[in-house]
Amino acid sequence: MSDCPLSISQVIDPSTSRAEQITFLEKLHRWVVTVDHKHLGILYILYSTFFLLVAGAEALMIRIQLAYPHNHVLSAQVYNRFFTMHGTTMVFLVGMPFLFGFANYIVPLQIGARDMAFPRLNAFSFWLTAFGGFLLYYSFLGGAGLYGVGNAPDVGWFAYAPLTARSFSPGHATDYWALALIVSGFGTLGTAINIIATVISMRCKGMTLMRMPLFTWLLLIVSMLTLVTITPLTAAQFMLLIDRYLGGHFFDTQAGGSSLIWIHFFWIFGHPEVYVLVLPAFAIANEIIPVFCRKAIFGYPAMVAASVTIMFVSLSVWAHHMFTVGMTSVSNAFFTLSTMLVGVPTGIKIFNWIATLWGGRIRFTTTMLFCIGFLFQFLIAGLTGIMLSVSPWDWQLHNSYFVIAHFHYVLVGAVVFCIFAGIYYWYSKATGRLMNETLGKWHFWLFAIGFHITFDTMHCLGLLGMPRSIYTYQPDRGWSFLNLVVSVGGLIQGIAVLIFAYNFIVSYWRGEVAGDDPWDAWTLEWTTSSPPPVYNFEEEPEVHSRRPLWDLKHPDDPDWEYES
Amino acid sequence: MSSMPVSHPERTVEWHLPSKRRVGMTALIVGESAIFTIFVVAYVFYMGKSLSGPTPAQVLEVPILATICLLSSSFTIWRAEKAIEDDRMGSFTGWLGATIALAAVFLRGTALEWKTLIYQDGLTVNTNLFGTTFYSLVGLHATHVVVGLFLLTSVFIFSLFGWVDSRQSERFGVVALYWHFVDSVWIVVFTVVYLIGR
Repeated sequence: MSDCPLSISQVIDPSTSRAEQITFLEKLHRWVVTVDHKHLGILYILYSTFFLLVAGAEALMIRIQLAYPHNHVLSAQVYNRFFTMHGTTMVFLVGMPFLFGFANYIVPLQIGARDMAFPRLNAFSFWLTAFGGFLLYYSFLGGAGLYGVGNAPDVGWFAYAPLTARSFSPGHATDYWALALIVSGFGTLGTAINIIATVISMRCKGMTLMRMPLFTWLLLIVSMLTLVTITPLTAAQFMLLIDRYLGGHFFDTQAGGSSLIWIHFFWIFGHPEVYVLVLPAFAIANEIIPVFCRKAIFGYPAMVAASVTIMFVSLSVWAHHMFTVGMTSVSNAFFTLSTMLVGVPTGIKIFNWIATLWGGRIRFTTTMLFCIGFLFQFLIAGLTGIMLSVSPWDWQLHNSYFVIAHFHYVLVGAVVFCIFAGIYYWYSKATGRLMNETLGKWHFWLFAIGFHITFDTMHCLGLLGMPRSIYTYQPDRGWSFLNLVVSVGGLIQGIAVLIFAYNFIVSYWRGEVAGDDPWDAWTLEWTTSSPPPVYNFEEEPEVHSRRPLWDLKHPDDPDWEYES
Repeated sequence: MSSMPVSHPERTVEWHLPSKRRVGMTALIVGESAIFTIFVVAYVFYMGKSLSGPTPAQVLEVPILATICLLSSSFTIWRAEKAIEDDRMGSFTGWLGATIALAAVFLRGTALEWKTLIYQDGLTVNTNLFGTTFYSLVGLHATHVVVGLFLLTSVFIFSLFGWVDSRQSERFGVVALYWHFVDSVWIVVFTVVYLIGR
């Protein structure tokens, strides 16, 4: 026992007898005042699941409106609000909180820490993010100020100037949009700082940087990227508010201001943001794929290097969103090439995942199915990305449904698939129970089929010339049938997500009891009980390899004999 | 698994990690730098593009005294850091007080400058692009000075009550790190606004 890097005695049961005696109100109070990273992680996940359903409903309304030509389910104004709110919600209230929820819950456990570096900052960040979300949705009631029935932001999620100027966006809808994103942006910044400090300064003994689980590595990289990604947006939002409230001229073309500079500032945020969302998806896949094909990850150092490369390169590609604004040929060439360059480290990652799968004994649980789906879809998303990086091609398809299909392939096909994979994987750790596999399989297959019906077809619509953000279209454009197909696919995805939500809730009470390590995994979070006690580990773990739990389970053949 | 003859090569390795407070503050500074970068870029982009007056050359004066004060406050806070590390609390309070005084002189300079600009030269945020970008950038920096001044004054009051000693030197080091950042940002703002932009 003495020579084992970890001991099973670290696994202890949290006392549940006291927990049952407290009243509901006391329980609620505990959740509100908590600074425990695990509680905050769960709050993040619940918060973003709620908004996932809301934004999904908005997407369905958009699709119902577009199912037939000349449809009038939504008015044009409401349609604009819905696509604005759908985009903003999905990026800021679903994507990022989901990933920070995972980070909050998993990172301290994976590095053998007691909690995050700054627990109170952690709670503060969560409540800022939550306040930002509810502020955004309050605009449905208060957006018009005192002289109307209320409306929501309708300027698109990128809110191009001068549409956001006072004269074109009266009322307070745009202010709610800007303020909500500033507030949740500060929350995001706080969490990013917290994750960086945690990963750098709170690792348990023996966990050198090159022994960190790849999930933790990627979340460190994402947090560093977030520091320089979300802040330009905050700065630009402040400028927008200065324009709207103090009469400034940043984006006021009539006083010499430039609407182009907003587009630059927005995409200096907006493109790295895509990597902020997708790198955690990679991180989840990095954990799940090895465990479910029973092999160590292929090319660990290459994975780390590729992720760091993506972080740097992603900061220099933003203007590929702007090929049609009329840049110089030099700029066009630069941003075409830098965008293509991202394909190299990303390709390395895909090859490494496939090499990990190669020859493995793959267990096709729901978790793994979502990861396989992710691999397949992310490859296609990357390829259409390369197509769009070619500026002449982009001139043809800019702001068409081809672009919509491309980025939904990334954000749904990669990010949402990995989020689902992560939830099926770590649900057992957080609740002590497994999610139902049969319902999970239904969820996966319906969601995957619906996804492909919707977004494969959208590529065709884009090639046929259908632009984004249009409220309705003429019957003679030849888009009618394909639009109906897209909407049907959306409906199937909606049903799949409802199955997921049902499974998510019901498994909490009825799920099979999971035990501490249901997947026979290798990272530290599986050495503690499910759910982990407040203090995570009874004694501080000490690790000697990238797979500490493998060393513990196979002391005759520990990993550290082969590493370094 | 209890009796495996495992002799791990790194059994006796030393384990040191950086201070989480320093790492956290460094991360905050990186994020803040990005905010400042965007405002500086906007200032440079709009240099000379105002459609009407007043222009920077007409109304701006180089704030030499304020700049000297702010930059020397980096030196005084460094002396205060050294003093608290060596537990010389009298010296610490003195150098900290000097830092606060220098920062206050800087802020007074900005306040008087703005008063002149607003009441004599009629330059406000909505006068022209110069006004918009100038007040935003200098105001953003001044806000950071105010936050720093609040932090320093809190520590100063605590030290007057004798609540601070060398055990807090690491925490004070984090405040000092922030203050050095505020000072170095001023070098950029000063160069862009008063040297290049005038």
